[in-house]
Amino acid sequence: MKEKSKVNGKPSLLGPFKAIKYLFKKPVTLRYPFELKEPSLRCRGFHLNDWDKCTGCGNCADICPNEAVTMVEIPEIEAKPGEKNERPQIDYGRCCFCGLCVDICPPGSLRLSRDYFHIHFKTSTFNLLAKDEKIDKEHFLPADKYSVFKASLAHRKKDNEGFSSELKYSLFEPKRVSMPQVKPEERKLSFVEQVLGYSKEEAKQEASRCLECKLCEDACPAHLKISDYVRAIYEDKPDESLRKIFEDNPIPAICGRICMAHCEDACSLGKRGEPVAVRWLKRYASDMIEDYKKTLRLKPAKSIDKKVAVIGAGPGGLSVAYFLRLKGYTVTVFDSLPGGGGMMRIGPPPYRLPIESIDKDVSHIASLGVKFRFNTTVGKDILFEDIYKNYDAIHLGIGMTVSHSTRVKNSEKAYLALQFLQENKIGKKVKVGKEIIVIGGGNVAIDVAREALRLQHIQYPEEKVITKTVSLEDWDIMPATKEEIEDAKAEGIQFNPGWGPKEIKIEDSKVKGLLCIKVKSVFDEQRRFRPTFYEEKEMFLKGDMVIEAIGQGPNFSFIPKELFKKLEFTPRRKIKVTEFGQTSIPKVFAGGDIVNLNLDAITAIADAKRAAEGIDLYLKGN
Amino acid sequence: MRELELYFGPQHLGMVGNFSITLKVEGDQILEAHANPGWLHRGFEKLMEYRTWIQNFPLVCRINVIEPDSMEMVYAMAVEKLAKIEVPERANYIRAIVLELSRLASHLFGCWAYANMLGFDTVAQWAMYHRDLILDLFEQLTGARVYHIYICPGGVRRDLPEGFKEKALNTLHTIGGCIPDYDATFFNNRLFYERAKGIGKITREEAKELGVTGQILRATGINFDIRKVEPYAVYDKVDFEIPTREDGDAYSRVWIIRDEMIQSVHTIMQCLEKIPEGEVYKRVPNPFKWNIPKGETYVRVESSRGELGLYMVSNGKDKPYRVHFRTPSYPHGLLVLEKLLKNASIADVGNIMISLYVTAPEIDR
Repeated sequence: MKEKSKVNGKPSLLGPFKAIKYLFKKPVTLRYPFELKEPSLRCRGFHLNDWDKCTGCGNCADICPNEAVTMVEIPEIEAKPGEKNERPQIDYGRCCFCGLCVDICPPGSLRLSRDYFHIHFKTSTFNLLAKDEKIDKEHFLPADKYSVFKASLAHRKKDNEGFSSELKYSLFEPKRVSMPQVKPEERKLSFVEQVLGYSKEEAKQEASRCLECKLCEDACPAHLKISDYVRAIYEDKPDESLRKIFEDNPIPAICGRICMAHCEDACSLGKRGEPVAVRWLKRYASDMIEDYKKTLRLKPAKSIDKKVAVIGAGPGGLSVAYFLRLKGYTVTVFDSLPGGGGMMRIGPPPYRLPIESIDKDVSHIASLGVKFRFNTTVGKDILFEDIYKNYDAIHLGIGMTVSHSTRVKNSEKAYLALQFLQENKIGKKVKVGKEIIVIGGGNVAIDVAREALRLQHIQYPEEKVITKTVSLEDWDIMPATKEEIEDAKAEGIQFNPGWGPKEIKIEDSKVKGLLCIKVKSVFDEQRRFRPTFYEEKEMFLKGDMVIEAIGQGPNFSFIPKELFKKLEFTPRRKIKVTEFGQTSIPKVFAGGDIVNLNLDAITAIADAKRAAEGIDLYLKGN
Repeated sequence: MRELELYFGPQHLGMVGNFSITLKVEGDQILEAHANPGWLHRGFEKLMEYRTWIQNFPLVCRINVIEPDSMEMVYAMAVEKLAKIEVPERANYIRAIVLELSRLASHLFGCWAYANMLGFDTVAQWAMYHRDLILDLFEQLTGARVYHIYICPGGVRRDLPEGFKEKALNTLHTIGGCIPDYDATFFNNRLFYERAKGIGKITREEAKELGVTGQILRATGINFDIRKVEPYAVYDKVDFEIPTREDGDAYSRVWIIRDEMIQSVHTIMQCLEKIPEGEVYKRVPNPFKWNIPKGETYVRVESSRGELGLYMVSNGKDKPYRVHFRTPSYPHGLLVLEKLLKNASIADVGNIMISLYVTAPEIDR
């Protein structure tokens, strides 16, 4: 092999006879089809698709250079958040077997097999709804039943996977741009906002991950145009992005911080990697624009001479006021708190949602001409009857304002979650104990615990303080979001999952601790909340303050009896409404927590959007 | 004697590829030749303006059936240059291995074509068999035998599979071991010598003037190879020689191909030996949101037939604004061929044409 390149032998007439020796060698050709050659392990042949993993996101169809992939609706599959009822169909008249569809597939369900034979007279058979042996048992045969003479798209070998998806070589980025945050040791000492927000470069990079499959938009209760506003951020147009958000959601500064982000649960990238940080991107868009009014220049339509009262200035109330005001109605919002936001104002602690962010959204809505009457408790400062008489329509967005108590022995000695949160926000901060026990496993309980921890650090600097939680639910079914739990753990909050409260121990009329019993199960067979306990397994938690955060209920006491009787409820104690939010009293519309089982802001906004349409139709006499 | 017009191809036993030559002949002497390359026009350059950066990558390999990898390489290099993407070192080694394997496969294919054309069927079949062994390697590495769709912007699509090195060395030894047989039966065959010596002769000056590159240029004694002039992949880190000859005829071109195959085998072995551990793919941005900054570039690689260049303009969008390939077969298949066929005999048309290693699809993209 090291021969010099210029060397060549002498042309000879006898030399070629050397080739005769090959007559006595074994032939190198295969006697096809009796002798077959096994395709390589990476062979790019016909498609395989795992229908259980496939989300119908359609990225395979979008990337296909030959438009060989069509998304076909499958009636048997039920569309749900994060999954469409469509599956890819491949036209092998067009497919070039490049495998880009495999490398873009976020859940990794689409693979290529090692089959490549298809012989048929009809061109229609060249269209294949890609499946794999898991669902299609008929056409995938074990090796002993498979014959190459019958090989076709309807006669394929089982367990014959070839080129398949590997996350390392995927065309999408599975990792999220990490959000800069204040460190746990530092943030637990004060109420400084924990999340710092993306810089321009970070936001653009995160936005560039979005594949625009729009699974998120189906999952969002308010159906925000997520892929559009994320694309606008990628294109460095935060104003454009905000405009898209405002079409469906008028409180982006609030939602950009505390939204439950159903979109992120549905995100196709989240199947094998981390979902696009949609919530943080919304927050970025709202933070980038200092003055919404100047940028968006929203103008209400021509005035309509009808008055609408909105009771409750929570996310639902704010939204319904905004949508109706844009339609030209005169809207007045009543709320007992000194500012807008409702539960958002008193619930989420300032390290999650600073008051300034709430006021930014609220003041923009006020600037459109919505009248706000804060510090006005309906039923006390103004009677519901008067509102009912003087306004053309009423929207109830009153939320859940009464904390439930565990009603265990001495539970009157415990603080209620909302009472604790509200007192901290409005008026004097609660004097906390050094060892606090929070009962509950939801997001409110974690908010309470983390807020209590901060108060402890402020009120007892450089002293040993402890905050712990007790919840019926074990880790796997704890209702609080994973992120919140992780953050709370990092700050040093102790968790006691799987324990139920039995009695608050009192000595000299002071709280000494909480007696707990082990939980057997939380739900019964019908998945209803019905906890059972091992009475004999007890545990005593020491503590000098107990806060109960086990859930809230609504307060309808301001509605007069005769009207309340007319109000119909569903079996699960929610107000019964039409698709437009109209209650059984035609003039009264409702939305948010008092209507929905989903207790979050974005669902309330979705309700508000529908209710605004309903009120508009109602007042126009339809 | 009467002047006749004779159609050579596209349906002609001696024609390789969708290509035709219209000959003006008097007796068996050619007065004038006119090459018609348009039988395989698929509008690649225009098509690429309508596809995103990533969608173009499975497309470019189709411009040249015989050696798709150099096409993939030149496209990946252009995109990487415009988008300023650094390719991992291991990927560069794998790229060099793939490119040399494909040069080997392409040269073997050329041997088959030439031997077949001149009636040396035994050698032709050996060459086809050995090419098939390389296609087996490609199938193991990339998942496909002909259109590999493997060298992508950012590196290569998958790492070397298990046992690839051993299998590759085995194949290379098999092919290397057959070189004496090839020599005896083909390269040093007196009949072949008589048939190819002095045929299709081109001088150094003519070659320069017509934009000739590759082994046709090197056969006139000019030592020019992009791998040495402007090293890409890892050609500056491996040791190999550029074979040259002085005569500029078909015989010396064939000998250059033979010597280049030996150099390729040598290069692949070095790459397999030196290849470092590490990543093979640097993730490119999301294909649906990938805008490449404004700019233009010209990159070139040494394909098995000569200089393959790609001029590409981006106007900041998700698709190329303009793409132009400088393919080696363009001057060889049109200018040089027409020139060499003048005053040649009809019996030598195929002989001359194939000695130029013209690949029809890359002439008219």
